[in-house]
Amino acid sequence: MKNEFKVIADLIEKDKRVLDVGCGDGTLMKFLRDNKNIDCRGMEISKNKTQKCIEKGLTVIEGNAEKDLIQFPNKSFDYVILSQTLQAFLNPELVINELLRVGKKAIVTIPNFGYWKVRLHLLFKGTMPITKTLPDEWHNTNNLHMCTIKDFVYFTKSRNFKIFKSLALNNQNVTLINNSNLGFKNLIADLGIFLIEK
Amino acid sequence: MNIELNIKTLIVKKPLKLDCGKVIKDFPIAYETFGSLNEKKDNAILAFHALTGDQFVAGVNPVTKKDGWWSYAVGPGKAIDTNKYFVICSNVIGGCMGSYGPSHINPDTKQIFGANFPVITINDMVNAQYNLLEHFGIKRLFSVVGGSMGGMQVLQFVSNFPNKAKTAIPIACTSSHSAQNIALNELGRQAITADINWSEGNYTIEKKNPNKGLAVARMAAHITYLSKKGLQEKFGRKLQERDDLKFGFDADFQIESYLRYQGSVFVDRFDANSYLYITRAMDYFDLGKQFNDNLSDAFKKTKTKFFIISFTSDWLYPTQENKDIVIALNAIGADVGFVEIETDKGHDSFLLDIPDFLNAFKNFLDKSY
Repeated sequence: MKNEFKVIADLIEKDKRVLDVGCGDGTLMKFLRDNKNIDCRGMEISKNKTQKCIEKGLTVIEGNAEKDLIQFPNKSFDYVILSQTLQAFLNPELVINELLRVGKKAIVTIPNFGYWKVRLHLLFKGTMPITKTLPDEWHNTNNLHMCTIKDFVYFTKSRNFKIFKSLALNNQNVTLINNSNLGFKNLIADLGIFLIEK
Repeated sequence: MNIELNIKTLIVKKPLKLDCGKVIKDFPIAYETFGSLNEKKDNAILAFHALTGDQFVAGVNPVTKKDGWWSYAVGPGKAIDTNKYFVICSNVIGGCMGSYGPSHINPDTKQIFGANFPVITINDMVNAQYNLLEHFGIKRLFSVVGGSMGGMQVLQFVSNFPNKAKTAIPIACTSSHSAQNIALNELGRQAITADINWSEGNYTIEKKNPNKGLAVARMAAHITYLSKKGLQEKFGRKLQERDDLKFGFDADFQIESYLRYQGSVFVDRFDANSYLYITRAMDYFDLGKQFNDNLSDAFKKTKTKFFIISFTSDWLYPTQENKDIVIALNAIGADVGFVEIETDKGHDSFLLDIPDFLNAFKNFLDKSY
């Protein structure tokens, strides 16, 4: 399991109710169910990945987070997870609001467009950056709204969301992000992980 | 239809009050079982059949000599693995494969019921079949499953008996028959009753048979079970055993010939009055309405784990109507999974060999057991 999922799993206490939005093949959900006794639900847009979740015996709903989160009642989950998908929505703000309506807390991870390799790629090559977390080309990427860790922090502040924890991930290294090191973490992390609440 | 051969029946002594107000008692339910019930009696699956189905869900149907209607899904090693699970399937009341229906004798008049059989509902069908649990001494079913009208029965069953099924799989169905569904059923009923041989439902006594009307009803319905794309790919404008149009009303096109064939084989195995009664039951189905238009309330008391399956090309019970059930369940935090299977086989998909469907079906069951 990738390091990002381990970090997410560590943010969640045992026996909670969790919704994993864009749960993919269910790797994280399976880990949470098997190791933390989490009552886990997933939402996944890909038919193929939905089938993978069913193979694992996970409860998954094939659906589109932008349209289908509306069916869940307010605060019906302890945590709602959104891993590396925020940038792919037509309206990320709407989705974040939905996550924070449905979940008591949300865990959002974003591929950091401020990562130094991304910056250097654009600066020296002059083409759209391709990295481990941004593997696609400009014409076939699902990403519509790329942002940096700094952008996301500013966004949450402007909307008065509470950030409980901000983590910077760089390969195996996980470090805390705070106000004083934000600029630096925004440079060295390829992934940002945020635990937020409305 | 009087095929009493090879038909197991349970006579239900207990009176059953129907939604129409009438009470029936000492009535037969024809059923079949597959696989064996284990000692703990926790491996039983109750399968509900669709409009024209019967209790012969798998194996060979002794009446038609053809494979059971859900042979792709039910059998040893299949999605519903009869090496593992004990499958019970019964003919719905109102049906014509041995369960209490319009071709039975009215105990009051000693005549065949015909159109005097009480109008039954999905709720009545489910309540009647519930007696099978007591018959087999099953406290809780492992699963209730069914497609189309079978799916409606699944929903009604869980609503009526919230702690009697561990899992439930309603497939390609709806919680409320739409105007389009009712319209299509009415078309079928009108075809039957317009046949002069229907004789106000008394055709058996008068030794007639409204085969033409019933065949037309089946032909119309059969179109609704397929998709436009599926039909086009299979038949297109291909001609039937001829090189050119004949400028007449014979079956020039293969699709015409196919539909005529479907109609003709159907009348050999199905009863016209049963067709009227069962389509009526489907039209009356509106589970939300039973709970003041709040479908979620139908499932409020249940801990049953749901898995809902729809098909992309099903325009009879489209994905959105299946999703509405998912939404109602999520609104009360029920355990519900949902998948839409990509296929151009239309509503009939649930009866066919569609690997994505059968795999999801099998995986859900096996992982939930």
